[in-house]
Amino acid sequence: MTRKQRRMTIIGGSLAVLALAAALVLNALRDSIVFFSTPTMVAEKHVAPGKRFRLGGLVQPGSLQRGDNLAVTFEVADGGAKLPVAYKGILPDLFREGQGVVAEGALDANGVFRADTVLAKHDETYMPKDVADALKKQGHWKDDYGAQASGGAAPAATTAQGNSQGAVR
Amino acid sequence: MIAESGHYALVLALGLALVQSIVPLIGARLRDAALMNVARSTALAQLLFVGASFVALVMLHVNSDFSVANVYENSHSMKPLLYKITGVWGNHEGSMLLWVSILALFGGLVAAFGNNLPLSLRAHVLAVQAWIASAFYLFILVTSNPFLRIANPPIEGRDLNPVLQDIGLAVHPPMLYLGYVGFSISFSFAIAALMEGRIDAAWARWVRPWTLVAWIFLTLGIAMGSYWAYYELGWGGWWFWDPVENASLMPWLAGTALLHSALVMEKRNALKVWTILLSILTFSLSLLGTFLVRSGVITSVHAFATDPTRGVFILLILCLFIGGSLSLFAGRATSLKQGGLFAPISREGALVLNNLLLTVACAVVLFGTLYPLAMEMLADFKMSVGAPFYNLTFAPLFALLLLAVPFGPMLAWKRGDLLGVTQRLLAAGLAGLVAVAIAWGWASGGATLAPLAIGLGVFVIAGAVTDLVERTGLVRLPFATVLHRARGLPRSAWGTAFAHAGLGVALIGIVCETTWNSEYIATMKQNEVAHIAGYDVKLDGLFQRQGPNYREMIAEFNVSRDGETLSVMTPSKRSFTTRGSSTTEAALLTRGASQLYISLGDATAEGAIAVRIYHKPLVLLIWWGPVLMAFGGVLSLSDRRLRVGAPKPARAKQRLQPAE
Repeated sequence: MTRKQRRMTIIGGSLAVLALAAALVLNALRDSIVFFSTPTMVAEKHVAPGKRFRLGGLVQPGSLQRGDNLAVTFEVADGGAKLPVAYKGILPDLFREGQGVVAEGALDANGVFRADTVLAKHDETYMPKDVADALKKQGHWKDDYGAQASGGAAPAATTAQGNSQGAVR
Repeated sequence: MIAESGHYALVLALGLALVQSIVPLIGARLRDAALMNVARSTALAQLLFVGASFVALVMLHVNSDFSVANVYENSHSMKPLLYKITGVWGNHEGSMLLWVSILALFGGLVAAFGNNLPLSLRAHVLAVQAWIASAFYLFILVTSNPFLRIANPPIEGRDLNPVLQDIGLAVHPPMLYLGYVGFSISFSFAIAALMEGRIDAAWARWVRPWTLVAWIFLTLGIAMGSYWAYYELGWGGWWFWDPVENASLMPWLAGTALLHSALVMEKRNALKVWTILLSILTFSLSLLGTFLVRSGVITSVHAFATDPTRGVFILLILCLFIGGSLSLFAGRATSLKQGGLFAPISREGALVLNNLLLTVACAVVLFGTLYPLAMEMLADFKMSVGAPFYNLTFAPLFALLLLAVPFGPMLAWKRGDLLGVTQRLLAAGLAGLVAVAIAWGWASGGATLAPLAIGLGVFVIAGAVTDLVERTGLVRLPFATVLHRARGLPRSAWGTAFAHAGLGVALIGIVCETTWNSEYIATMKQNEVAHIAGYDVKLDGLFQRQGPNYREMIAEFNVSRDGETLSVMTPSKRSFTTRGSSTTEAALLTRGASQLYISLGDATAEGAIAVRIYHKPLVLLIWWGPVLMAFGGVLSLSDRRLRVGAPKPARAKQRLQPAE
């Protein structure tokens, strides 16, 4: 084998691995990406049932109801629209009514958001960044959220996992 | 006084770093040994002053001097001493100070132990180190001074984030930084080589131990962080593909590639340009990690406080160093002579494949980390790239890599015999297949990929053992000879075997935990029994207790199996009054490599409590793997050729070489 042929083998091999990686990434981008929505965006876009997304907003005060065996329902609102959320499992330590929340899951046939993951933050003054940005964009941002958010240092993430997802993540 | 002294020491360190940045280079240009030696003394003095500055901050925290803003915001007089000390780096300013202290430590080590380095190489290396140091001293002094005073000192501090009040904080950040920052040495060596326009096998021999040290610490740091998240966050997850975790994984992947390519360069004088590029990329990824974590671009446990000026400053440092070093590379790399021919099927070829797969895997992680950020900025929509993405991209690439791992060390340098190696790996392959069959039968259907992955893990471990068996001649030679050969085997060969086996061990742990993990989530009343994976877990009762700076509610569980009591587990929920926040302290029961994991949710009005009980089979293997890898690294580091150091001029070397 000449020097040139050797070099070509190596370059060919590199290109093959790169092509493989590119194919894997493109394939993964098609269906493993989860988008972020607020209740208003969900209402406008008519998200199909079963399509996974992240729902962000404020927990509507007075909407939290605990059922049997750790089942909970609450509403997520963003000032423009509300969306009922059903979840089964333990909510994060600082899940509160009136606070920001991000839940991951999909809509069912009745238009209820079935969450398998609820994310909240450890600091009670914390407002999830995604939620804050979305509220700002829609003009529902109150300045005191910002003041609270910047006052609290070191927000720490906790995640509550639903039954179905614990093993996967 | 202490705060001002600490601040002043930091300013002096900046001054010394500036001198160290320039004077040695002038010395190298003029070939003036005295000027070049300035690098050595300034590097040591710099270490002294940064060390003093760091100690000053530690003293402020220990003394609970709340007139200093950093102490006020992150400490509390009732906090246990350990957390007062670890709290020093449990915040943005302090952790940056730790970062530069470790940078100075590495610079100091090169200065102190680099006596066998050529004078001009050492001068260049230390000058480059000083550039990095100067940039970060400036960053700290301008945007994140930890020694700022408060005009009206409060009497009590705001306490450290409760999640961080854990032994993990004492270990994880320093380890991780020793790894991150340790790669600055190989970066500086690479830049020095480019500036000098000279690079040879001896260069690789000097760089390798430093890279290895950084890699060992990074491996342990990542593993420790993962274990910490596992027991502290309360739901038993150990890896989240969070951007911050990716930020530490990327330098690890690139650093692992660097370790292997430096080997080719050291032994065969080939892959020079690539090794230089990898050195630059590895440290660039460390800097990128620092940027991602410290700038507040992403929100996570690690992003302490967000301040746009800091982000811009670090971004500038990032662009300056990555852009500068890559331009220098583009300009100078062609002048480095390529040497050492090899056939595609050879040890070198295998190491090239290793590098290829590791860097591509690293690129995939980089893409997954930056793509959501880019889309948010450019297209203004938000998304998250999580585990499903990496399972589809990173996992197949790594599976390919693991499949190739056992072949690498068994191929000969220059031209290998793939067929021969395959024959010698037959036993290992069979072991893997048997493992697949057993796992398949035991799981009886279920997941199809898991048994295959376990087989792969067993193959990697058996491959590492096969390599040792081949080298020592076990089975075919008399035992005394084997023992003799085992003793004569280079430590690096043992290191390779341990590190590679560690990969297999970790893989088995990961697969078992994710596939056969069982969980029980429910509200439990007193004397209620939960059944999980053959264990009976009975709630004995709930107790309240007062800790130093928190109140906690403890639940006592009695764990038994087949009627025989095994242990009492006491998970708790702590509420910290100062911050008004609470943490969940999980209780762990280790049985072999498997663990039973209990964490608490909220208590209801009727005295019942929400609990999460997990049984995690072989979960500990996930962290034993990295520990094995790090142990392999330590063995390799103690190899004779690295202890003896780089070869002296050729005449002496000829005589010293042992007869083979």
